[in-house]
Amino acid sequence: MTDLSQNPAGAAPRKHGGSLLEKSPHTRKRNAAETRFKAYGIAAITAGLIMLLVLVTTIVGKGTGAFQQTFVTLNVELLEAKLDKKGNRDLADIKKVTTFGYAPIIKGAMEAAIEDLGIETSLKSKELAGILSKDVAAQLRDYVIANPDQIGQTVEFRFLASSRVDGYLKGRVTRDSIVNDKNISAEQLDLVDALAAAGVLEKTFNLDFIFGADASDARPEAAGIGVSMLGSLFMMLVVLALALPIGVAASIYLEEFAPQNWLTDMIEVNISNLAAVPSIVFGILGLAVFINYMHLPTSAPLVGGLVLTLMTLPTIIISTRASLKSVPPSIRDAALGVGASKMQAVFHHVLPLAAPGILTGTIIGLAQALGETAPLLLIGMVGFIASNAPETLADGLLAPNSAMPAQIYEWAKRADPAFYERAWGGIIILLLFLVTMNTLAVILRRRFERRW
Amino acid sequence: MPTFWLVVLLIALAAAGFYGGRRRAIATAAGNVKNLHSLPSYYGYHVALSAFVPAIAALLVWLLAQPMFIETRVSGMIPAAAVPESSSIGLVMSDVRRVAEGLDLAVEQGLLSAREARNAVAGEQDLRALMGEVGVALGSEVRPEVLKAAQAYRNLSHAGRTAMTVVVTLLALGGFASAYVRTHKDFRARNVVERAVLALLVLAASLAILTTVGIVLSMLFETKNFFGLHSWTDFFFGSTWAPNFRGGSELSILPLLWGTLYISFIALLVAVPVGLFAAIYLSEYASGAVRAFAKPLLEILAGIPTIVYGLFALLTVGPALADLFGKGGLLGVEWMAGATSVLTAGLVMGIMLIPFVSSLSDDIINAVPQAMRDGSLGLGATKSETVRQVVMPAALPGIVGAVLLAASRAIGETMIVVMGAGAIAKFSANPLESMTTITTRIVSQLTGDTDFASPETLVAFALGLTLFVLTLGLNVLALYIVRKYREQYE
Amino acid sequence: MNDMTLMEKTVETQNIKIAAKDVNVYYGDSHAIKDVNVEIEDNTVTAFIGPSGCGKSTFLRCLNRMNDTIDICRVKGDILLDGEDIYDKRVDPVQLRAKVGMVFQKPNPFPKSIYDNVAYGPRIHGLARNKAELDEIVEKSLRRGAIWDEVKDRLDAPGTGLSGGQQQRLCIARAVATEPEVLLMDEPCSALDPIATAQVEELIDELRSQYSVVIVTHSMQQAARVSQKTAFFHLGNLVEFGPTGQIFTNPEDPRTESYITGRIG
Repeated sequence: MTDLSQNPAGAAPRKHGGSLLEKSPHTRKRNAAETRFKAYGIAAITAGLIMLLVLVTTIVGKGTGAFQQTFVTLNVELLEAKLDKKGNRDLADIKKVTTFGYAPIIKGAMEAAIEDLGIETSLKSKELAGILSKDVAAQLRDYVIANPDQIGQTVEFRFLASSRVDGYLKGRVTRDSIVNDKNISAEQLDLVDALAAAGVLEKTFNLDFIFGADASDARPEAAGIGVSMLGSLFMMLVVLALALPIGVAASIYLEEFAPQNWLTDMIEVNISNLAAVPSIVFGILGLAVFINYMHLPTSAPLVGGLVLTLMTLPTIIISTRASLKSVPPSIRDAALGVGASKMQAVFHHVLPLAAPGILTGTIIGLAQALGETAPLLLIGMVGFIASNAPETLADGLLAPNSAMPAQIYEWAKRADPAFYERAWGGIIILLLFLVTMNTLAVILRRRFERRW
Repeated sequence: MPTFWLVVLLIALAAAGFYGGRRRAIATAAGNVKNLHSLPSYYGYHVALSAFVPAIAALLVWLLAQPMFIETRVSGMIPAAAVPESSSIGLVMSDVRRVAEGLDLAVEQGLLSAREARNAVAGEQDLRALMGEVGVALGSEVRPEVLKAAQAYRNLSHAGRTAMTVVVTLLALGGFASAYVRTHKDFRARNVVERAVLALLVLAASLAILTTVGIVLSMLFETKNFFGLHSWTDFFFGSTWAPNFRGGSELSILPLLWGTLYISFIALLVAVPVGLFAAIYLSEYASGAVRAFAKPLLEILAGIPTIVYGLFALLTVGPALADLFGKGGLLGVEWMAGATSVLTAGLVMGIMLIPFVSSLSDDIINAVPQAMRDGSLGLGATKSETVRQVVMPAALPGIVGAVLLAASRAIGETMIVVMGAGAIAKFSANPLESMTTITTRIVSQLTGDTDFASPETLVAFALGLTLFVLTLGLNVLALYIVRKYREQYE
Repeated sequence: MNDMTLMEKTVETQNIKIAAKDVNVYYGDSHAIKDVNVEIEDNTVTAFIGPSGCGKSTFLRCLNRMNDTIDICRVKGDILLDGEDIYDKRVDPVQLRAKVGMVFQKPNPFPKSIYDNVAYGPRIHGLARNKAELDEIVEKSLRRGAIWDEVKDRLDAPGTGLSGGQQQRLCIARAVATEPEVLLMDEPCSALDPIATAQVEELIDELRSQYSVVIVTHSMQQAARVSQKTAFFHLGNLVEFGPTGQIFTNPEDPRTESYITGRIG
């Protein structure tokens, strides 16, 4: 015992002498600082969530319009005199009539419709037809070529209205905004109002946007995302077919067999670095190696798929290794204990147990690849009109196509603001795919998650 | 598609090998599977792998090597005099390939017999019209040297194709036969198969190295070509970016680097405080329910593709900023000329990086041992004092690493800057002006009409290589710091 | 110290510093502390002993409301510090913890310099008006933590660079620097080697002159060596509380005896 312990108590100054039940001014100050600090945190979270909300509402608000489209229902008399002058229904003769030759028929149909409905208008017949899409003549011609026997009959058609008319019904185009617009006049809008009142012109669900092909600059109302969706699908097939087996094989090697040596270290370092390489660099790789060197076709989903495979591999490898690692060593020991080879232990026992985790990682990797745009720009999946849906597997892989994000970028670049609506609409579809894939991944993880 | 059928043949051979090997093994064991060294299917795999793997490997190597071989042979045939003044050997070679392709198509469609195609002489027929008919558009008449080279190109391709088919088929059959003969009940099929599988696994893992090598080499070669055409001092130390496809371009990376760094800086200015405070709140204050609600919602921001952010910048944030700062805007100032600007891209990129910073910081803050917090709270510190004076200093290295990773993301980000930043390369401190970045220039130099012999196109590879080195450096540094930090608490 | 000194210890009656009445603690659904009543005296070392999981650490953490940091933990009953209920709504735990300091099982110096470690408490509580005063507090605390001589030449060195025993004495000095009235120690020697343990135990005995010390310990020998009062916890119950000498030589409850003789534990 030291001297200290023999001293009576109370030698030390008591600086917190006050009652606990009263807060000292200093404590109050500190508590205020605490509240402020906490408020910063709440503000940060709120800011993040508000940004998410703004983003989502913008997308939904601007994009849903693309799923609605204005159509005009017209009875068209397919005049024999115009379409098949010789009258012998020879397909070669019918094909000679260009879309230009169909213009009078369309004008006539518009005039007839207006007369039937008793609408007063001072518009000339060319201006009447101006409320219809430029796509209409081609639609009509395709129909006639497919059904030559209908020539001379009167057939009911559902025609696309022009994008200005469509925009007018959706509120994008107003009477103020068209003052300097050469493509539409106020009189035409009066006509549109009258036709809408008569039920001839109406806004309906736009299936063609989801399944249709892209259209040229002058016809935003006819543009759809369907063909580029197929392009994305074929790319994802390539990614799945290559990235999954290669990724799983690489992970098995690294997790189960790799000895501690420089090669393994090298691979590990490379994988973690590749995961952080900017995607545009993969695009440059694709351009230099797959297109310039190997002469694979430009704009082909196959090339896009190859580039995305290289990009997705690190993601898949990282998640596969995590799920292999989560299988406890006792499983391996048990298999080895009954005389299985190491390879058998891995393939028969570890891999099946890790499968849900691998699948989840793969879906997430695919979702990432689906939304990737930058590398696709460099391998030429933008800048043209993806108009034809591929018919065969080889066509799907090798014929030039676009992909959903590239198509969205393409629309965003075009001059006519009517395409912006398409771009936002395309984003809704893209995000729906991503949400579905991620939800699937979450469900899989929940369902098969195992705690050892 | 002969290659396709070749692959089908290989697969068929492999399948046949599997059944054949299996059956033969069982036969040598007199029908008693117990007498076999390995399970019967291993004998099957052995034959299948022997037939398939060497053949498919040869096929791949051949497909990779043949174009290079033919290219050098054929381009050697074109006399230097045949290359027009304004053109290059590369452009002539692309003509050659187009003509060869056109001839192929013509034969395929029956417009020419194989013999006619081989012996066609320029000038005798209107080859250009013929090509047009099969869908190969040519810019000019087919010149005799080009036609000759194209015919040689075709001959070599055909010969190569045939040789490839023969070699691959022989390899497959040989592999099949030798493995089939070796199949016997005492043969250690499992060991052999397992060694082969292991080799395949190693191969798959090495693809990561191969990719890196591919990235570096592909950019390095073209960068070398670029520096052959353009002075490297101008690239690294010049002050102007003014590509001109008629020659005399000034291609300096510095104004692009300035734009890149400026935009990244603004992005980090948004993302780091918001992300960091969000992480602090989530890990130190939030109740379980709030955490379970807010964390996944924030992470949605990370899962949104960059094209969406790009569109958001181009069509929403840019116009909104222009409404504020532009001509006739709400603030009555005229500071902004268009919708694209450093601020537009920076803000949107900042939003994108928030979850990146917050989830990395969240991990790092959680790695600070609870004992540290207890120590501080036990002394009567408030939570905020604990966070600011104990947790943050302890987590600082990790957070610095996270910020570096976010910076590397920002520097390499493409779509947001392509759509939101603009295309003007300049040094300016005004965030409301539009500026351009390394990634946007890569995209614009490599899309549309590209001529891989001009410095204006090739500069993209030099830019790409610089970008790669820059982001790689940041990543390696960041990962090193983070790893050191984690070791400290493990 | 040995059994002889233990026998000689005079148990003087001191003021009651902390009084716990009918304290119950729940972790979610599990009932961790059951109806504990105990009175802790000033200028006394009180030891809490018992097998692991008996609730002694939980109870200790109730005394400066460290349990507040655990969401699912609920405390019922009254704990009075100098007659004031520390779970009263008006009480700010921050102020309470300045009065009731704590030293933890594992030495946990902050990743700062030795000086800043000790100065941390005085700084946040605003105990020093200027640098000179702060220097004085740091030196005094380090002396009281019996570590001054070892670190006085390297106050700027990081606290994490010290040895385990030094770190723990630094943590004690850090706790003392806020001028607490009660010092809670949660197995302060469990991570230390025997020599460091002896040093810390000696220090605890010295601290008794100025503080009321409560120590949770796994080691009965340690309780016997340093404490004047001992409380034995078992399965969340306070089984027996009394002068250390009596608990160790003549326990009233059979469970205490079983524990002390090593039959349960």
